[in-house]
Amino acid sequence: MILEEIVIGSVTSVCKHRGDFMSNIGSYNDRVKNFDWSISEKELGYKDGDNINIGWYCSDRICEMGKADKTALIWEGLGGKEKQYTFNDVRLASNTIGAFLKFLGIADGDRVCLFMDKIPELYFSFLGGLKIGAIVQPLFSAFGEESLFVRLENAQTKAIITQRKHVGKVRRILEKSNFLKDIIIVDDQGKKPLREREIAFSLETANPVENLDIFPSKAESPSVLHYTSGTTGQPKGVQHVHYSLISQYLTTKWVLDLQENDVYWCTADPGWVTGTSYGIIGPWSLGITQCVLDTGFSARSWYEFINKHKVTVWYSAPTAIRSLMKAGDDLVKEYDLSTLRHLASVGEPLNSEAVIWSEKVFGHAFLDTYWQTETGSMMLTNFPDMKIKPGSMGKPFPGITATVVDNKTFEPIKEPGKIGLIAFKPGWPSMMRTYWNNEETYKSKFKNGWYLPGDRSSIDKDGYFWFVGRDDDVINTGGHLVSPFEVESALLEHEMVAESAVVAKPDEVNMEVVKAFVTLTPGIEANPDIELKIMNFIRKKLSPLAMPQEIEFVQNLPKTRSGKIMRRLLHAKEWGEEIGDTSTLEDDD
Amino acid sequence: MEEMKDIILEYVIEEYLEDEDEELTYDTPLISGGIVDSFSMVSLKRFLENKYKISIPDDKATPEAFDNVNKIVALVNEFTA
Repeated sequence: MILEEIVIGSVTSVCKHRGDFMSNIGSYNDRVKNFDWSISEKELGYKDGDNINIGWYCSDRICEMGKADKTALIWEGLGGKEKQYTFNDVRLASNTIGAFLKFLGIADGDRVCLFMDKIPELYFSFLGGLKIGAIVQPLFSAFGEESLFVRLENAQTKAIITQRKHVGKVRRILEKSNFLKDIIIVDDQGKKPLREREIAFSLETANPVENLDIFPSKAESPSVLHYTSGTTGQPKGVQHVHYSLISQYLTTKWVLDLQENDVYWCTADPGWVTGTSYGIIGPWSLGITQCVLDTGFSARSWYEFINKHKVTVWYSAPTAIRSLMKAGDDLVKEYDLSTLRHLASVGEPLNSEAVIWSEKVFGHAFLDTYWQTETGSMMLTNFPDMKIKPGSMGKPFPGITATVVDNKTFEPIKEPGKIGLIAFKPGWPSMMRTYWNNEETYKSKFKNGWYLPGDRSSIDKDGYFWFVGRDDDVINTGGHLVSPFEVESALLEHEMVAESAVVAKPDEVNMEVVKAFVTLTPGIEANPDIELKIMNFIRKKLSPLAMPQEIEFVQNLPKTRSGKIMRRLLHAKEWGEEIGDTSTLEDDD
Repeated sequence: MEEMKDIILEYVIEEYLEDEDEELTYDTPLISGGIVDSFSMVSLKRFLENKYKISIPDDKATPEAFDNVNKIVALVNEFTA
């Protein structure tokens, strides 16, 4: 079936579900014609040269607008434990954490790592760090010690805010850590003694700080440092600035369509960019109530959560949506999900089946959005009230010049349906400003005046973008990028591994998972226990995402004439692709 | 049965439990409790298959079936009986 022929969610049907709501964006075409980023600046009361501090915009400003008592955060943890915070609570909590960081000697420009589960302190620390001008470095709390160490060392991070349950990982890297000065534990119960450089801090016992001097950040002041993986080399720190707010505010308003009485749920973890751009900055700069579920995934608990908190707008990921599909339609019927009015998705391509299924069971289709850590905000999206084509990433956000370019000439491809590299004209507010201490790699992302995010796509005759795949070997598993190089390097540290090659393997739920081809050191015989040992070794060292879901033991790995492992050959085998003339692959390129 | 329960519980504590202060029982939610994530579930499944010389089909290895030690024991018993 040709995907373009399946057209659902037309203007008529979307309006029917929305009742009296008018979408924030209105007419997409009109917005494109009349667009200027000053629309966002004006709404935020910002003028060129003003101070622009994201921490202040997401809490103090909302209070000043008369919403101090409005609920900002509904948090739910394991066993239904629930906490609620108003915008004034968020303001005070972030002030208090900011003041504590200052007390410890953290100054503007210092890197402060946030290494926590999705607990309220994570959200408040993010704003608190920004308020004092620190650069916040959120890291996924499931990262293993090596992943943590590499990122802290690269950023020369001064302080880490974490939980008791994760402090063991920090302790194990402390001896070799050259820069980490303070380890702040937000939930220490005093049961065990603290060690060197550790300090307990509790929002429950700290005196709330009513007035904090907000650091006078300017548009280009550094704000957030997210780490992302590439094909080669170590992870890269993507440096954003406070001016990113301009993009994040408006994309949240127009794409996620958040309105005054919405209850919004972004399922992403703030260890990744979606969890900060659209799980903190976007909704709170708009003064919207959002909720957070800090438990593991289960379809039942997710539906219960939507039901209980009357979620209206839901931003999630294809992997989660496909997992919900697997749980079946009957489960959906056990819950009242009628409050949902708008759904969107991000992280990896949303397959047309998932779009159609969501329209069927929720009465609303998940609208795909495309962007990445480096872009800081949505670039290609499906919009409310716009005809969607299931399986398509939609169209460029107003103000974004997007195309596909030839992979050799980097000239735009005019022919509809022809595959090329996705390319954006630089200049939108939330574009990364550099890779931390890696300007050379940053510059390599630009060709012929275009920023290339590293994905391939085509554009149809109506201007819709259709994702094809990555242009490199990076593995997108469950919406998270994993570097094959990083996994291969870690594998080589295992005493039984002689050589390894890591590729993506197709997966029904996660789109791709990590697969490793391994040769063992002489004298070691492959067996299932060795496979498990190696899997667990990578899981603890890097992360569960990076753990090979399958290890194939081989006698030899295919190599080029100069001895470089031919990952592409193994990738083609996994994906059932034509390998073609291998003699060309044997040449280094 | 009790022995299997304890072996699995001990393995989960050893391999997946980060919080030294957390007490794990046979009923503690593992997947929905965030102790074992969906990616790590693959390694837990592999452990069970290796240990008990069984093969658990993917469609049986659901987050619900792995959500606590008691459920895991019931699942393993389906294939060892």
